[in-house]
Amino acid sequence: MSDVTKSTVSLAEEKYVDERPPSLVNQAFKLRRTQIGAVLSLMLVSVALIGPFLAPFGSTEYVDLPNTLSVPGTVFGTDYFGQDVLSRFLFGGRTILILALLATSIGITLGTTLGLTAAYLRGRADEVIMRALDVVLSFPQVLLSLVVISMFGPSNVLIICTVGLSTTPRIARIIRGAAISVVERDFISAAEALGESRRRVVFAEVLPNVSSSLLVEMNLRLTYSVGLIASLAFLGFTPEPNAANWGLMIQENRVALTEQPWGVILPTVALALMTIGTGLIGDGFSRVSAGIDRGGKGE
Amino acid sequence: MKASILRFVLKRIALGLLTLFIVSLLIFAVTQALPSDPAEAILGREATPEALEALRADFGLDKPIVVQYTNWLSGVLTGDLGTSYATSTPVGEYIGPRVGASFFLLLIAAVGSIPLSIVIGANAALHRDRKFDTTSSLVSLILAAMPEFVVGTILTIIFSTTIWQLLPAVTYLEVGAPPWSDIQGLTLPVLTLLIAVTPYVARVMRAAMVEVLESDYIEMARLKGMDERTVLWRHAMPNAVGPAFQVIALNLAYLAGGVIIVERLFNFPGIGSALADAVRSRDLPVIQFLALIIAAVYVLTNLLADIGTVLVTPRLRTRLK
Repeated sequence: MSDVTKSTVSLAEEKYVDERPPSLVNQAFKLRRTQIGAVLSLMLVSVALIGPFLAPFGSTEYVDLPNTLSVPGTVFGTDYFGQDVLSRFLFGGRTILILALLATSIGITLGTTLGLTAAYLRGRADEVIMRALDVVLSFPQVLLSLVVISMFGPSNVLIICTVGLSTTPRIARIIRGAAISVVERDFISAAEALGESRRRVVFAEVLPNVSSSLLVEMNLRLTYSVGLIASLAFLGFTPEPNAANWGLMIQENRVALTEQPWGVILPTVALALMTIGTGLIGDGFSRVSAGIDRGGKGE
Repeated sequence: MKASILRFVLKRIALGLLTLFIVSLLIFAVTQALPSDPAEAILGREATPEALEALRADFGLDKPIVVQYTNWLSGVLTGDLGTSYATSTPVGEYIGPRVGASFFLLLIAAVGSIPLSIVIGANAALHRDRKFDTTSSLVSLILAAMPEFVVGTILTIIFSTTIWQLLPAVTYLEVGAPPWSDIQGLTLPVLTLLIAVTPYVARVMRAAMVEVLESDYIEMARLKGMDERTVLWRHAMPNAVGPAFQVIALNLAYLAGGVIIVERLFNFPGIGSALADAVRSRDLPVIQFLALIIAAVYVLTNLLADIGTVLVTPRLRTRLK
């Protein structure tokens, strides 16, 4: 008896699942570009996270004479400072990845909250929030980070905060744009009439309806944050002056590019593939969520 | 109708000036938070209190913050930018020639990228979902994802060191020399900036064009028997360029930031490398002024875009009435 009910229930469930439109993520992953992007991202994330455990030498260990290609025990030779290129490469992605993830989370949290609030409250609050964000927007992200770093020095916390904060207005704009039309729909007034709190209306009713824009934006911002944080390292702004960091590696080994190309090629290829990977995933999402790739409407 | 356009333009300019004012306050506030004392940084720890006091008075650092701000702002407006801490030369003298060089770099990149992206975007829209469209969208996606210094490094590896040795990897340009005196050295930086900007604009241009091509009046024009080229250039383009205008401006503004990285990569003597140097040596007056210039370029291009969009798009122009 109980078996019978169980099977009917599971049958009903299965039917229900079948009738639901496939989720955005499932749809996106049917696209070839999203799949390629996911493979690339996964590869590079593994290199960044697992790499340090596989490195044959320490990240700042002196191995042999600088810029030597054939050093026994090394695959790619030594860098400008006599350190093992492969080990530096394996160590060099972790900081960038972690900083970028944290910075993007800050940007997404703040940007979504501000964007939703502005769209929901409308009127003067909307105006004040968006104008204030416009001021932050009038600094290019690199410039803002550089000005702050010049004052307080390049600490990890500072890099996360400035990158996150400079990302915030960009996300807020997109989320506000997507939420504006949602706010006017009937189910929002219904929720208000039921006496739901403002916070609940904003986060439980409006937020789920802008999730596709949010997903696209998250990928896009992660891609840019990786780029920006690596760029800051490339300019020489890392907490430790000799940190193993792909951006810094390119800067350090650039001078000896003709004698020892690997010190530049490895981090360049890694950064390129990592950003292309997240970029492709983001593009896959934006393709399946209608109204985002069609300029004008989604803005 | 003219009066309404004028009013819109004036309102937008006023808003732009207000933004710039707040930006200048913000730059001043952030740079004022400097934990170390510039006078001590210059004279060193062994300096006598009297010498420190004298230097602070010299820089105006002993005055109240509001006075320091108004002094700085009026200095900026009258061209008296103070003295660089690191090089002891007047900021104007130090920055002046670099501004010209950077502006030239930006100008070539901008002038090149606009027609390029319009042609790519319009063609992709015309051949929607066909080979040109899918290829160009994938290529631009890949190029747009990479940070500028990675693109620049790849170009260097391909064209100047490891694969071919066609172009110099760095610019050999004296500060203040005319940038066009080293055309070869200019090629890779310009190419990097072009690659950084073109994909976005082309993409928006494509989206705008697709939308316009689907509209009723385009169908009408086609039904009237107009040839495709007239439909495209006379009817579709004016309405499609509008939205692209915004993005073009946003990206030119973005170039103002990207130039910092690209100049450093190719040792180009412009404001970008000057800023990176100034940040390293905490050269306050130089940082303040450069941040202000770059932010001003940013605000100004956005302002021009807003005004340009309205003037260029027939629909919006009539709506202003």
